[in-house]
Amino acid sequence: MYAQMIRTASTGVKPREEMTPEERRFQDRIDAGEKIEPKDWMPDDYRATLIRQIGQHAHSEVVGQLPEGNWITRAPTLERKAILLAKVQDEAGHGLYLYSAAETLGVSRDELIELLHEGRMKYSSIFNYPTLNWADIGAVGWLVDGAAIVNQVALQRTSYGPYSRAMIRICKEESFHARQGYSIMMAMAFGTPEQKRMAQDAVDRLWYPALMMFGPPDKDSVHTAQSMAWKIKVATNDELRQKFVNQTIPQMEYLGLKCPDPDLKWNEEKQGYDFTEPDWDEFFDVIKGNGPCNVDRMNDRVKAWEKGAWVRDALLAHARKKAAPAAAE
Amino acid sequence: MTREEALFQFLLRLGDNTLVLGQRVSEWCGHAPVLEEDIALANTALDLIGQTQLWLNLAGEVEGKGRDADKLAFLRDVWDFRNLLLVELPNGDFGRTMMRQFLFDAWQSVLLGRLMNSAEPRVAEIAEKAGKEVAYHVERSSGTVVGLGDGTEESHARMQAALDYLWPYVGEMFAPDEVDEEMARAGIAPDPAGLREEYDALVGRVLDEATLRVPEGRFFHRGGKNGARHTEHLGHMLTQMQWLQRAYPGASW
Repeated sequence: MYAQMIRTASTGVKPREEMTPEERRFQDRIDAGEKIEPKDWMPDDYRATLIRQIGQHAHSEVVGQLPEGNWITRAPTLERKAILLAKVQDEAGHGLYLYSAAETLGVSRDELIELLHEGRMKYSSIFNYPTLNWADIGAVGWLVDGAAIVNQVALQRTSYGPYSRAMIRICKEESFHARQGYSIMMAMAFGTPEQKRMAQDAVDRLWYPALMMFGPPDKDSVHTAQSMAWKIKVATNDELRQKFVNQTIPQMEYLGLKCPDPDLKWNEEKQGYDFTEPDWDEFFDVIKGNGPCNVDRMNDRVKAWEKGAWVRDALLAHARKKAAPAAAE
Repeated sequence: MTREEALFQFLLRLGDNTLVLGQRVSEWCGHAPVLEEDIALANTALDLIGQTQLWLNLAGEVEGKGRDADKLAFLRDVWDFRNLLLVELPNGDFGRTMMRQFLFDAWQSVLLGRLMNSAEPRVAEIAEKAGKEVAYHVERSSGTVVGLGDGTEESHARMQAALDYLWPYVGEMFAPDEVDEEMARAGIAPDPAGLREEYDALVGRVLDEATLRVPEGRFFHRGGKNGARHTEHLGHMLTQMQWLQRAYPGASW
């Protein structure tokens, strides 16, 4: 997951008759289901859109360490602590593959990090919400990683080879994350009254932010058409959101937890749930930087980067010293 | 002190060292200087917590009072912890964290090497498993200490300051007491003083390559491994680590 509101670097879908011969050949390859590889010719706008999307996805993995790291030192058992450490480590690893995938498009990890720190690139809105009780760690795995999986399973079919392959690998680990989240939720929902209260509180706070992860409704998504024509995006925001709700509600019922949406109900005709849309004003506020944790999350990241400068400089200087005699020979 | 009591204490020492250090290292999550270090720190913490489960479960088994690793980790107070003072010290900057890690890894690798031949098979088995992880830990932390010690002027100064701060906590590793004597008599563990030579050789080689100077003086702080006098820092760590278990007793998580 974790790419939302990716502005496609072009206005509307280019009609075939306006395409250059190169663009036409490129579109034919996409339509035939071929993967585009780093050295292949690609339109500048395709490249720019992918850099935005993969970069945002990578940043989300990295910033996503923070709300979970918030509970590592307070995990209630050694096993839960170990599992959470393993999960956070996976996420940092996902960040690493994704930055590498972005690098194949000609942008360095340091450039992307600089754009993030300057506020010129975003990360998923979900990580601007706080993790306030231990059940939030369960809900993050179950709902947030669950939503991410819905999106990423679709993205395994994306047209850019390195991104598609990263998604295949990441999805395997994410399904373990979602399972461990659900396992925490079961312990909480079937536990003491206090634990059950924590579980319900987590669902109440995280349900709508999880729905927001898929981005604004299709009717307001102006960038979808070209991204879909290029198969950078392979399903619409609303399709993915519906899929997520359909798969999650029975799991919530099993836990005996209440969905905070009073109007949620099964629609026999569409074979899916009708549900209330999240508050999109809140979503746009969070995107603009006014979520509950935006400022703290960015301060944490920038501070870590600045405080780590001497380490990066030193390790580079040391590597140069070691390389120097070899180069002189 | 019976042999079983001594063994229980000895196992607490092993498990508390890895628990407290694992907890400290995990505080870095999301705040490391570079993504690769975030991964490596989480990985190290994960190994240490895994080792803790093995040592403390065995400790509980030896004690025979129905306490498992979680009960020992989350329901003891400061005075019952048996870790070295070194591992409970706050992280400081990344340099100090890595120096502490190296000073500990070097000792743990020497110790586990001996424990693989322990007369107590359950100890030998855990040492065998943990030894593989620790061999990697010491390789990584020594590489980082060398890179930062022999990096820039600033990094060199920071690493020397870290070493100067931490060195007075190293001596406790090698100071024997009645628990150690009993373990040595039983062939379960080596006399700690006997590890010093190998440790000094390993540490000396790495610090030399890192262009760092080992501080002079034989003084060292003690009071961690027998619980007589921990630092002020451990209590704060426990209030955070044990909070859920203390606030909601009897729940399963």
